[in-house]
Amino acid sequence: MATVETAETAVAEEGGVRRRDFINIAAVSFAGAGAVATVIPLVNQMNPSADVLALSSIEVDISAIESGQSIKTSWRKQPIFIRNLTEKEIAEANAVQTSELRDPQTLAERTTAGKENWLITLGVCTHLGCVPLGAAQGEIKGEYGGYFCPCHGSHYDTAARIRKGPAPKNLEVPEHEFLSDTVVKIG
Amino acid sequence: MSFPWAKEYTPTTEFGQWMDKQLPLPRFVYNSVGAGYPAPRNLNYMWNFGSLAGLFLVVQIVTGIILAMHYAANSGIAFDSVEHIMRDVNSGWMIRYAHANGASFFFIAIYLHIGRGLFYGSYKAPREMLWLLGVVIYLLAMATAFMGYVLPWGQMSFWGAKVITGLFEAIPLVGKPIQELLLGGFAPDNAALNRFFSLHYLLPFVIVGVVIMHIWALHIPGSNNPTGVDVKGPQDTVPFHPYYTAKDGWTIGLALIFFTALMFFLPNALGHADNYIPANPLSTPAHIVPEWYFWPWYAILRAFTFDFLFIPAKLLGVLAMFSAILVWFFLPWLDKSPVRSGKFRPKFKIFFGILVIDVLILGYCGGAPAEEPFVMISQLAAAYYFAHFLIILPLLSSLEKPEPLPNSITESVTGKPLKTAS
Repeated sequence: MATVETAETAVAEEGGVRRRDFINIAAVSFAGAGAVATVIPLVNQMNPSADVLALSSIEVDISAIESGQSIKTSWRKQPIFIRNLTEKEIAEANAVQTSELRDPQTLAERTTAGKENWLITLGVCTHLGCVPLGAAQGEIKGEYGGYFCPCHGSHYDTAARIRKGPAPKNLEVPEHEFLSDTVVKIG
Repeated sequence: MSFPWAKEYTPTTEFGQWMDKQLPLPRFVYNSVGAGYPAPRNLNYMWNFGSLAGLFLVVQIVTGIILAMHYAANSGIAFDSVEHIMRDVNSGWMIRYAHANGASFFFIAIYLHIGRGLFYGSYKAPREMLWLLGVVIYLLAMATAFMGYVLPWGQMSFWGAKVITGLFEAIPLVGKPIQELLLGGFAPDNAALNRFFSLHYLLPFVIVGVVIMHIWALHIPGSNNPTGVDVKGPQDTVPFHPYYTAKDGWTIGLALIFFTALMFFLPNALGHADNYIPANPLSTPAHIVPEWYFWPWYAILRAFTFDFLFIPAKLLGVLAMFSAILVWFFLPWLDKSPVRSGKFRPKFKIFFGILVIDVLILGYCGGAPAEEPFVMISQLAAAYYFAHFLIILPLLSSLEKPEPLPNSITESVTGKPLKTAS
């Protein structure tokens, strides 16, 4: 070892920094940056693939949904509730002070202007992801006449806002757009 | 293990000392690939291919685990799932091309690593076990690569599986039942595909296990070196870190440049176009060839076109092909010359060169169609291959007069005789 380590004893330049220190840091940094750049695609491959994303929007015909009725459909492999609110349900939702709500939102903010009777939400409880009851005929609608999640007892009102129970947020309203009076595009 | 002058691991931090008492993993790393492992100071670039083989084994395992997240081992959808990886999965094309070409680079590294061992006599005492474990790794790698090539379920996959499992049919009496047992049917189908997938996932980890034993066996006598002369004292070695970590790091960088160049710009150069046609059990491709790394052995298999005594040609070919690799297990005892390095063996040097050319010729013939003149060339080359190991090497051991060896590694490097003996 004694003979081969002469380079180590090369005269230190200003501040005790040698050319070799620079080369060392540059080489290791380059390798580190390369390793990070390699890891990005190796992790990103787990994100939804193109064929999954291709199914990310659907069009639904809502012409057959009467006032007071609702349907369940599926979007991105998750249930969607489309509900045609009655005048009474709209009035109930609008009567609530937003300051009393856990996740303050008005019905108008959750629906499209001029089509306030169409409440479109994900059928996924914001607590731990169960499907709440209340969309199908005869299901319990909970204490506030909207939806009720049987898993841990979250009650949603007629605007699908959380009112009681452990869920933190209102049922999520997906991005949607009315293509005509009878067709809505979700996603 | 290692030499008495190896640097002792001394943890400086309190955490380091606590760790060293409870689980001396840092000490183990320090003594294996750190400053605590003295390695001969004269290792040339041929000693870099072990770490490169290790690098590509890791590349294969990482990309393979990812591919298994998206692949479906079902004969009905396997081909489509590979296309799904190529077209739909984020960066899936890149990961699959890395896996396909990574196999080739693994074999490039392993062949150069084996060639290094053959030339410098790294298989000789006290490193026989190291060599034997290496041959086991090679055999496992061949099995893994073969089964991996079946998974895309293209035409070459299917017919490769059929031909290779057909080899077992050559075994007298029990051949046919063995082939049916291996395939779980009469031809490759869903059962075969599923078990190949299962084993293709398992075997790389078995390889990792044998690699650990291979490195363990290496670290007992320490590395061989280009002179083949034993390490005699501290002046003959340098600490593995930083000297060989830096040198290995440099060739890892170089290898990755070649690897990515092939992977991004010529990703299918080493593959076969027919494997982009879905498997069709009713139509054989005009020209079936295995992957390039099997070509020399494939040439030996096809060289036997004649029956010998009571042994049919088919069985002869199969026996010859397996013997061509199994003969390596006997190499440490076939080559009795006490001189390790081919550098100091004037005649061995020539015959080693001929063997390399011979294997390249076999490789060329293995990739060529099974017609003349390639069949005759394969026969001659196969005969020479066996003659090298079974006749030439044993004879050379006694007939050859080796050149004088340097007194020590340091003397061979500096040209000056050693002053102090240790």
